[in-house]
This record gives sequence, C-alpha cells and structure tokens, in this order.
Amino acid sequence: MTQNAEHVLDHFELFRGPEYQQMLANKKKMFENPHDPAEVERVRDWTKTQEYREKNFAREALTVNPSKACQPLGAVFAAVGFEGTIPFVHGSQGCVAYYRSHFSRHFKEPTSCVSSSMTEDAAVFGGLNNMIDGLANTYSTYKPKMIAVSTTCMAEVIGDDLNAFIKTAKEKGSVPAEYDVPFAHTPAFVGSHITGYDNVMKGIIEHFWDGKAGTEPKLERTPNGKINFIGGFDGYTVGNMREIKRLFDLMGVEYTILGDNSDVWDTPTDGEFRMYDGGTTLEDAALAINAKATISMQEYCTEKTLALVAEHGHEVHAFNHPVGVTATDDFLMAVSRITGKEIPEEITRERGRLVDAMADSSAHIHGKKFAIYGDPDLCLGLAAFLLELGAEPTHVLATNGSKAWANKVQALFDSSPFGANCHVYAGKDLWHMRSLLFTEPVDFLIGNTYGKYLERDTGTPLIRIGFPIFDRHHHHRYPVWGYQGGMKVLVTILDKIFDEIDRSTNVPGKTDFSFDIIR
Amino acid sequence: MSLVKTQSVAEIKVRNRELIEEVLKVYPEKTAKRRAKHLNVQEAGKSDCGVKSNIKSIPGVMTIRGCAYAGSKGVVWGPIKDMIHISHGPVGCGQYSWAARRNYYIGTTGVDTFVTMQFTTDFQENDIVFGGDKKLSKVMDEIQVLFPLNNGITVQSECPIGLIGDDIEAVSKVKSKQYDGKTIVPVRCEGFRGVSQSLGHHIANDAIRDWVFDKIPADAAPKFEPSDYDVAIIGDYNIGGDAWSSRILLEQMGLRVIAQWSGDGSLAELEATPKAKLNVLHCYRSMNYISRHMEEKYGIPWVEYNFFGPSKIAESLRKIASFFDDKIKEGAERVIAQYQPLMDAVIAKYRPRLEGKTVMLFVGGLRPRHVIGAYEDLGMEVVGTGYEFGHNDDYQRTAQHYVKDGTLIYDDVTGYEFEKFVEKIQPDLVGSGIKEKYVFQKMGVPFRQMHSWDYSGPYHGYDGFAIFARDMDMAINAPIWKMAKAPWKQESAPTLLAAE
Repeated sequence: MTQNAEHVLDHFELFRGPEYQQMLANKKKMFENPHDPAEVERVRDWTKTQEYREKNFAREALTVNPSKACQPLGAVFAAVGFEGTIPFVHGSQGCVAYYRSHFSRHFKEPTSCVSSSMTEDAAVFGGLNNMIDGLANTYSTYKPKMIAVSTTCMAEVIGDDLNAFIKTAKEKGSVPAEYDVPFAHTPAFVGSHITGYDNVMKGIIEHFWDGKAGTEPKLERTPNGKINFIGGFDGYTVGNMREIKRLFDLMGVEYTILGDNSDVWDTPTDGEFRMYDGGTTLEDAALAINAKATISMQEYCTEKTLALVAEHGHEVHAFNHPVGVTATDDFLMAVSRITGKEIPEEITRERGRLVDAMADSSAHIHGKKFAIYGDPDLCLGLAAFLLELGAEPTHVLATNGSKAWANKVQALFDSSPFGANCHVYAGKDLWHMRSLLFTEPVDFLIGNTYGKYLERDTGTPLIRIGFPIFDRHHHHRYPVWGYQGGMKVLVTILDKIFDEIDRSTNVPGKTDFSFDIIR
Repeated sequence: MSLVKTQSVAEIKVRNRELIEEVLKVYPEKTAKRRAKHLNVQEAGKSDCGVKSNIKSIPGVMTIRGCAYAGSKGVVWGPIKDMIHISHGPVGCGQYSWAARRNYYIGTTGVDTFVTMQFTTDFQENDIVFGGDKKLSKVMDEIQVLFPLNNGITVQSECPIGLIGDDIEAVSKVKSKQYDGKTIVPVRCEGFRGVSQSLGHHIANDAIRDWVFDKIPADAAPKFEPSDYDVAIIGDYNIGGDAWSSRILLEQMGLRVIAQWSGDGSLAELEATPKAKLNVLHCYRSMNYISRHMEEKYGIPWVEYNFFGPSKIAESLRKIASFFDDKIKEGAERVIAQYQPLMDAVIAKYRPRLEGKTVMLFVGGLRPRHVIGAYEDLGMEVVGTGYEFGHNDDYQRTAQHYVKDGTLIYDDVTGYEFEKFVEKIQPDLVGSGIKEKYVFQKMGVPFRQMHSWDYSGPYHGYDGFAIFARDMDMAINAPIWKMAKAPWKQESAPTLLAAE
C-alpha cells in the first residue's frame, strides 16, 4: 500500500501498509525495550478479572479517566448564556485555552472567553493589576454588554478577592461604575463543572437581584405570572432550549430562560462571525426576580442557585434531566400547575407519538442491560427512560455524583422491577467502569466520546449520549428533552441495537440466516 | 476572493501598515503601545521580523496561548507511551488535554501503553490545605498495583503545586528508591510559570536531562549495538503519524533511527539518545534545549530540518546526509528520486486548483514558518503569519528563510486582531487552531487546523505531502464556501474592492 496522488491514503490506511508495518515492528523490537508479548497478554487478561476489579475498586487516591471536568468550565458555560456576555476567567491563561477548545470540539462553534493571564509575579503579589488591565482591555476590545468573572485554581489558591478587585478596577476606570460585572469564585478543586455552572448562575442572579455587589439597592420583587427556566450544564443545550421554548410557546406559558446558550453555540455560517448571539437579556435576568416560580432541569447543577431563588420567595422545582414519557409528563404537569396553562392537544399528541414509538420498538430494548455514565442528572434521566422501556440500567456511574445522588438513583431502581439488579456508583471513574463491564457485562454502554475506549477494550457497544461528544457531529442540535427529545434518544438507542444485530448476523453462510430485512 | 494579486508589494505594505494602525485603535493606550511591538510588516533583507516575542500576554485581550503544563504534559512528555503521566492537581487540566493532540502510537493502551489515558490526583480542597504529597505518594503505589507494566512515571504539576509548597521531588526520589530505581520524573510545569507553553517545553526538556539522562550509570551497556548511522528524531510528536512518515525516509536513505522524541516514543528511546551520531530536530522551539544539552555533554551534533513539502524535504534530506558518508548521501538522492514521480503527480493534480491562493497562518512551534514551503510547492502564497509562543530565534529563521517582503507578522495575536486582519485581507485559507476554526468558517473563509491537521495527517514527509495537498484543496475548493451568502442577500462583488 503506497501513497498515490489519485487516491491519497491518509492515516487510516497509510500505516497499515507493509513498509510501515515492518518499520514499526523493527522500532519496537530494537529500540523500545518492550515487555514480552506473552506478559502483556497475561496482564491484559488479568485486568479483566474479578481480582483486578477488587484492586481497582480499592483505589483511594488515583483517578483514571474521570467523567468530570473542573468548575471553571461550567462557569464559562453559564456565562455565555447571557446576552452579549463574555466570560472573564481570573487566573492562569492556559485554562481558558482549554475551555474554549473543549467547547469548540463539542459544539463545532467558536467560544469566546478571556483570561486575566496571571503569571509568576501575580502569584506573588496577587492578580489585582491583571484584573484592572484585563477588564479595561476586554471592555474596549470586545465591547460586551456584561463581563462575567470567574476564577481558576491559581487565583483561588492565592486567595484573590473578586469583589474587592472588581470594585478597585471600577474605581480605576477599567469599566464604568454602573457596568455589570457579576462574579463567582469557582475553585477547580471543589466539585466539578456542574458546580461551576451553579456558582456562576447564582452569581449572575445575585448580581441583578441583590443590588449588584452593594452598589445599588436590592430589587423589590413584584410577583407576576411568569416562570424562570434554567437548563443546567447540558451538551444538548442548543436543541433542548429550542424545544423547551417551543413547548412553552405551545402552552402559552410566559417564561424567562436564565442562561440561554442555544444561539451563541449555533450561529449561522453566512459571512459574519457573531461573537455574541442570543442569550438572556440583562433586563430579563433582572426582571426574572418577579417570576412566580423557577424551574431547573438539572437539580445537581443548580443546588445553590435554587436555594438563592427560593430565598426570594419563588416556588422552585428541580428535575433530573427528564427524558422519556413519565419524566416529561411530570415536568409538563408541574409547568401547567404552576402557570395555570393547560397542556394543549398538540403536545398530548406528541406524547402519544412517543408512546407509540416505544410500543413499536420496545421488544428490541426490553430486558437489555445498559451501563450509563455521565453527569448526575443525565444519568438519572436516562436510567428512568430505560426503566420505562423495560431495560435494565445495570451500572449507573457519575464521577461527580454525590451520596445523595446515589440514594436518589437507588430509589429510582427500587421503583421498578427492572431496577432490581442495578447498581449505582458515585465518585467512580471510567477505569472502574472498565472493570464493571468486564466482570458484569452489559449489552450496551451509554456515555460520551471517552466511552469509545471502553467500547474498544470491553467490546460493549457505545451509544453516544452525554458531554463531550467530539467524534460524532451535530447531535447537540437536536433535543433530548420533551417527547420529541425522547424520540431522538429512543432512535439513537435503537439504531445502535439494530446495527449490532446486523453486525453479528452478517457472515455469509454462517450467521446470515438472521440477517433480516424486517426487524 | 483574495485581493492580493491585484496589488503590488508596495501597496500591500501600505495596506498592512494601515491595518495594524487600525486594529491598535481599539485598545486602551497602554495596551495599544504594548501590542504595537508584536505587529509588523516584513521588510526584505531584515534579519528578523521586527516584532517582540516571548513576553507576557496582555490580560483580557483573548490570547490564543496556553500554559507551561500544556507545553510539558501536552507536548513533550504526554506522547512518551510506556510511562504514566500524572496530571497532578485539580481534574480539569488533564481532562481538557486528554487524548486531544493525536499523538499516534502502537501499544496496548492501559496495559503497556498509556498515552490516551487521563491519570490525575484530582485535588480536593483538603489537598490544597494540607498539601498533596501524601496523595501523590499513594497514587504512585496504586499505579504500581494496577499498571504493573508501566516503565516509568512523570508528575506533571498543575498551578496549585508550586503555590502550596509541595515537594514532588522528594516524593519522586523516595518512590523511585522504593521501586528499585524506577524512573520517576517530577516536572515543575505549573501553568502560571512563564508566558506560554514555551517555558513548559523548556522545563520538560530539563526534566529529561536531570531525571533521565543523569540517572543513567556512565558504564551502562547500550541496549543495542551502536552503528555509524544512528540518528534520533527530535521534536516530532507524531500527530496523525508525522514521525512515522518522516522516519521511513531516514531509514530508506540508510540511517537508523534509534529514538523518536516524543511521538510514539518510549523511555528506552530517551535513554538511548545520547548514543546517537546526529540529532535531527524538527520542532526547534520545543526541543532545542535538549539538543543543545546533548551537543555540549555528549558531543552530538544536531541539525534542523523541515519535512513539509518536497522542496524542503529534499533540501533537508541533503542537509542531514551531509553529516554522513557517501553511502548516506547517495541514499538521500535515491530517496528524493524515488518519490519524485509521486510528488510530480500530486503537484500536477493539485497545483492548478490552488495556484495563486493566499494563506494566513497563526500556529505554534515550528509551523508558522515550516509549512510555508509546502504551500509554495502548491503555488500558494503565505501573506500573513505569526507565532503563538515563538521567540526571537524563531522570527529570525522566519525572516531569513521563509517569508516574503510585505508579509503581515503578528506575534501572540489576539482574537480581535486576527479576526480583523482576515476580514480585511480576505485570504483564501486560514491555518490555525480549533479555537479559531469556527470564527473564520462563520466568516465564509476556508480553514484548516494546523495543530491537529484537522484530524487528518500525517503532513510530514512525502507521503504526508500528498495528504496536505488533498486537504488544502478540499478546504479551499469545497462547494460550500460559495453558499455562505443567501442568494437574495448577495452583495455585488466590486464593493469589496472599493472598500480597500
């Protein structure tokens, strides 16, 4: 196999050619000081055993392939959901390069975010000058409507005080005194990206409702009939937010979305780069205090935020990333009860269509075992949907799941006969999951892109649902919430099941008696 | 699309100078003054590009740069495949850099090879308050139990480590002793050190010197029979297989590659390198330090080369061969001749489709200059370039060997500057990173990621050039770029010219 201009071979094929294979074999043998292949094979087999699993689960310090990121990532996610807002991350600059890359790899979109670029001198003297210069530069250069400040672990370890720094920067004229600079401390060594989301969402709400860090009187709440909606850190935010707005509009609900990322991460290619697009207007963010209730789609992304909102007299409701019939029913009925708006026939018909689709296909899912990992709320939403389908969410794992979350998952298992043999794993990582998949195999794995390593090692087919998804394109543009979102999840699962059935029945003359054209 | 062809060099220089003046206007005065030193229009005959470099980024301007940890873990150490690299500190750094750089390797991941895994001490508040040395120590013990075939461990420090006063060197020494002299390398690459990835490269190079080279007993027998033709590839990270499509050429000309630094590399290869007769250095920026060290300490000469595009490849093969006897020199000529038909076919196919197209680059390492020759082999012209974390020696090389009179130069470009430059110059292609990709595609400008090869590659060597040419063609000539404007919103073409 050699390179040629007519049919250019790239890495997929090029290196499989004999000249490269020979070269690589020689390299290994002569220069890499490799282990005996039999020993490698022995250890590989050993990692599949119960004995290895026990050693693996005995880990107390090491984390391998975690399914979580750090607070500042969630901070950026929350901030860009507001109109004309640029996240300003106070601390080392490399972090910001990472967040921007991470989001761009998932959404296939630009993500604008600035850093205060702290270096050694700031580590010694504090980052005040970086804040003063940084805010001034960001304000002049990118002309944001709001700058949302969060921190990296560096700024947290040296103890920079955002409130004082921002006040000083305003006194020095970096930005006008009345300019909106909400802030939140988001230490990377506490919680995970969902905690960072929570802290920044709380910080922004607090800023607008509670007197802008003591610079204005606190807002007085005059309750109206509107509701606030918070999505949480969600890889499907583009599709989901649009679906929620469609459902609310169909119901005639008056609402404010707090943190609407659906436009900024789905801008058109039409010759213009939009650094800012859509988002919750700052006026709406302030007026949201008057809503009668606030709904969060992800309890564990909004624990502090909802507590703050509740203090202002709102009725608050937290869901767990509802997916499927019952969870969507509960969500819509809650919205209906709070707002007094009926669920219209059109939505009822959508529900019927999802039930119809599940009835059509559940024979292929019923009794199948699944492993799920991801953020705590997503795990709950997906596990509940699988139980509805008669499937068993055998292993449910969240690296950033708490004890309380684990109890909630267990309660969900206990609510269904299909949950009888299912287990929840809080605080475990994907290397733990690897042992689970070897020692207690399941039919399918649901997770993000990193799950492909588990698929490769254990042979468990991966259904990609979660964040980040780097190696499949555009799924974030479709909802997983609402009945239509449930339909999307159902089809995603079914496609993989059917592909697997076909893949295991396609050997001519051996297994292809089952290679049916109708399934 | 490009307007460059319609203008003389003098006109282009005037336009570029005006463009620099214009972008600087957006900044506060102090910032404008500082940024002005990083922007220039290349003057023919100058020994450098006339810009300041390798100094601190300005807060709040949206630098594209990363950090020292990225330079050490992400670039230099991460690809060493048989060692376990611990991201020491909070979870994020290791998570965002997990398998993101496409450093290809052969091995059984999780058993004897660990590149695409994320090992972290996942610092919690307690570790910050009470220190993380105990946890690090325990992490090493657990690694020894669960990954017994690992050949070594490195500790890649994240920001908090240097701030809370942990002694990772002491932990590494104790554990190395406990595990029979196992190679355990503490790396002080905290993200706040230095001004970019660059210091991370340097720190990582120094860590190899101090914790790998200096631990090899002077009387240690070589693990292989040395030959007169032993070379080491330094500064190739095997992105999409780059080092492989380079290695094959060196072997075909009669050399023996005893080590790859660090793509698809192993600890044994690092340890073998002091036995090389010549170090061939691709990414000067990230590995000149260790090359200079090996020259001083072991007397190994080093030579820079460029394996992008047939012109530079041939020049480089001859330059490398010049360090050896006639057998190798003939070998170089043989290799050049062997691939000539392929190169002729690639250029015959793609050059007519790319001739006269203009490119703007903003990349890291060696690429802002090294890829220029490959574009020129396709009849394309680089009209603007800049380094994410280059030093003055990079800009000297760029001025002396690569860029043309009038090229726009931008060091540590900001998001705003880059956007404005591209908007005004309207190149046919932008080559930069993932953070920039979608910005320019939204603007309707074709783009290729020139860090990750946009998930393609290899781009190095003759085999790589065919892929490079194909990819540039598919980016520029994709039908989609004619569809960016809705037909009912098409502007008449001459307005653009008039605006210039």
